[in-house]
Amino acid sequence: MDFIIAKYNYWIYITLMMIGFYAMIAKNNLIKKIIGMNIFQTAIILFFVSISYKRGGATLPILTDADAHGGHVIDVAQYLNPLPHVLMLTAIVVSIATLGVALAIAIMMYRKYHTLEEDEILKAIK
Amino acid sequence: MIVEQAPVLIVVICLMSAVATPLVGWLKRELCYPWVILALLGSTLCSVVVLNTVMHEGVIHYRLGGWLPPWGIEYVIDHLNAMMLVLITGSALLVAIYSKRSLEAELPDRTIFFYTLYLLQVTGFLGIVITGDVFNLYVFLEIASLAGYALIATGEDGAPLAAFRYLILGTVGACFYLLGVGYLYMVTGSLNLAELAEILPRLYGSKVILVAFAFFMVGIALKMALFPLHLWLPDAYTKAPSVAGALIAPLMTKVAVYIMLRVMFTLFRPYFSIELLPVTKILLYAGIIAIFMGAIMALAQKNFKRMLCYIVIAEVGYMVGGVGVANTVAIRGAILHVMNDVVMTLGLFAVAGIIAYKMKNNELTAFDAIFKKMPFTMAAFLVVALSVIGVPPTCGFFSKWYLIQGSIMAGNWIFVGALLFSSLVNVILFFRIIETGYYDFGASGAGGAHSHDERSVVSEAPLSMLIPTFVVAAAILLIGLYNQSIITTIIDFAVPKL
Repeated sequence: MDFIIAKYNYWIYITLMMIGFYAMIAKNNLIKKIIGMNIFQTAIILFFVSISYKRGGATLPILTDADAHGGHVIDVAQYLNPLPHVLMLTAIVVSIATLGVALAIAIMMYRKYHTLEEDEILKAIK
Repeated sequence: MIVEQAPVLIVVICLMSAVATPLVGWLKRELCYPWVILALLGSTLCSVVVLNTVMHEGVIHYRLGGWLPPWGIEYVIDHLNAMMLVLITGSALLVAIYSKRSLEAELPDRTIFFYTLYLLQVTGFLGIVITGDVFNLYVFLEIASLAGYALIATGEDGAPLAAFRYLILGTVGACFYLLGVGYLYMVTGSLNLAELAEILPRLYGSKVILVAFAFFMVGIALKMALFPLHLWLPDAYTKAPSVAGALIAPLMTKVAVYIMLRVMFTLFRPYFSIELLPVTKILLYAGIIAIFMGAIMALAQKNFKRMLCYIVIAEVGYMVGGVGVANTVAIRGAILHVMNDVVMTLGLFAVAGIIAYKMKNNELTAFDAIFKKMPFTMAAFLVVALSVIGVPPTCGFFSKWYLIQGSIMAGNWIFVGALLFSSLVNVILFFRIIETGYYDFGASGAGGAHSHDERSVVSEAPLSMLIPTFVVAAAILLIGLYNQSIITTIIDFAVPKL
């Protein structure tokens, strides 16, 4: 039980990822697939943010008492690692772009076939 | 000055021209075509300069903005990427020259945005190949993929659904890659490929590293359409516009093979990928299955482009299997085959585009009595087909030869059998086409649209399509003739020390 509680954010990330994965595989509606894809990508963001955590009360890397001239020494252990957050900014941009392309393609199909169900589109193609 | 900055210019020229393409098109629509060619010409020149520098002075380290490696992003160019850069820019340039008439016929009102996406796609490929930073690689992978989805979606009926499926699977692949990056970052705190390669050997016992490696390999296998994960490929490449197919089909899978080589032999040491884990064994059998299934499925196709897609799947099996054999000769063959396969697939899809342009369809029946009608196109096609089959003076023979030699040295007869089987199937596939092409069966070709007198009149493809196809055919012969010097000056440096 401790094993689960101590690392609950990782468990949540895996659960979310599998929910997204399931939606992508099993759902017939294209919008639901897109939502699943987004959940999948968001789970990865949660994972990356989790790995920046440090034990021992580390906080956000906002340096209030730092000297602009570099006189103050920064103790790294006091602050969370900001790099994964920065990476995730890029990953969010990527996932929004992917979402945009996916929705655009879905709209293209809706205009052509007047449905968003995958099996009906398949029938309309053949 | 220019020579020093050439590595970054390769990517920047493409990216900036992509952004500027809608503006150019807004000024005058016809300017887009020369604009794209100009941009790719610049990029090609830079990559040739870079290849030349690498050959004479060794590995180039380019630091973006002057930041030192662990903090800043670094471009590292050794023989393997320099070769890939020239291949990518060169084939993109040829396809751009080729694109004009085909686009006018297939997408008359969307040329401006097509060219924008086209350049973005090339930017993505170039960035993947040139970068020395694992996260940067992810971003470029997504740029290339997103541009690819959009390009494919503009194709014929059914293309949007194919692109959508590709998008879903491609996103899963890229996300797996990103997860692999995350796991590596968790234990090493670094994203720089060279630094990671130094830190990782101390951690090879760790489970986190194994998970990261597994995520990398599965993600990349999805991107390169290794057999059980190939389902997105045939539909996407068949239904894409001919030009998009000719750009994406040769490059996307090969770039993914490049990422696999990097992950296995640069990021991780060869002894980790080959001795510590049974990865190469899995890759070997995956490659063998891919070859068999790709060849068998290709036999069953009635559509020319679709048949080519399954040949691409079989060829991916060659390269993966070659890496799986895991000795110097086989890996040399696999890397040479990366080069050859870019050229051969480009040739095949270029011919498919010409057929689609002239005959308005891509069924195998479109080849009825085609030798009389389009003698030049078919001459180029013959060269490409012989190379795919693997007949000596063409380049396809030599990479296959090294692959077979390597697997005989490793005592792996199943892979030898798979390679020979696939060659035989390719003989059947292409000679079937050549037979229909030579003889006039009198059946109504091209859906009966052509009357009888028209069938024997020479009506060649336009020169803008024919010249790039001929350049490809010439390249196939030249790579074949000079393969010895290509191997000693470039490829032997790219083969990992085992």
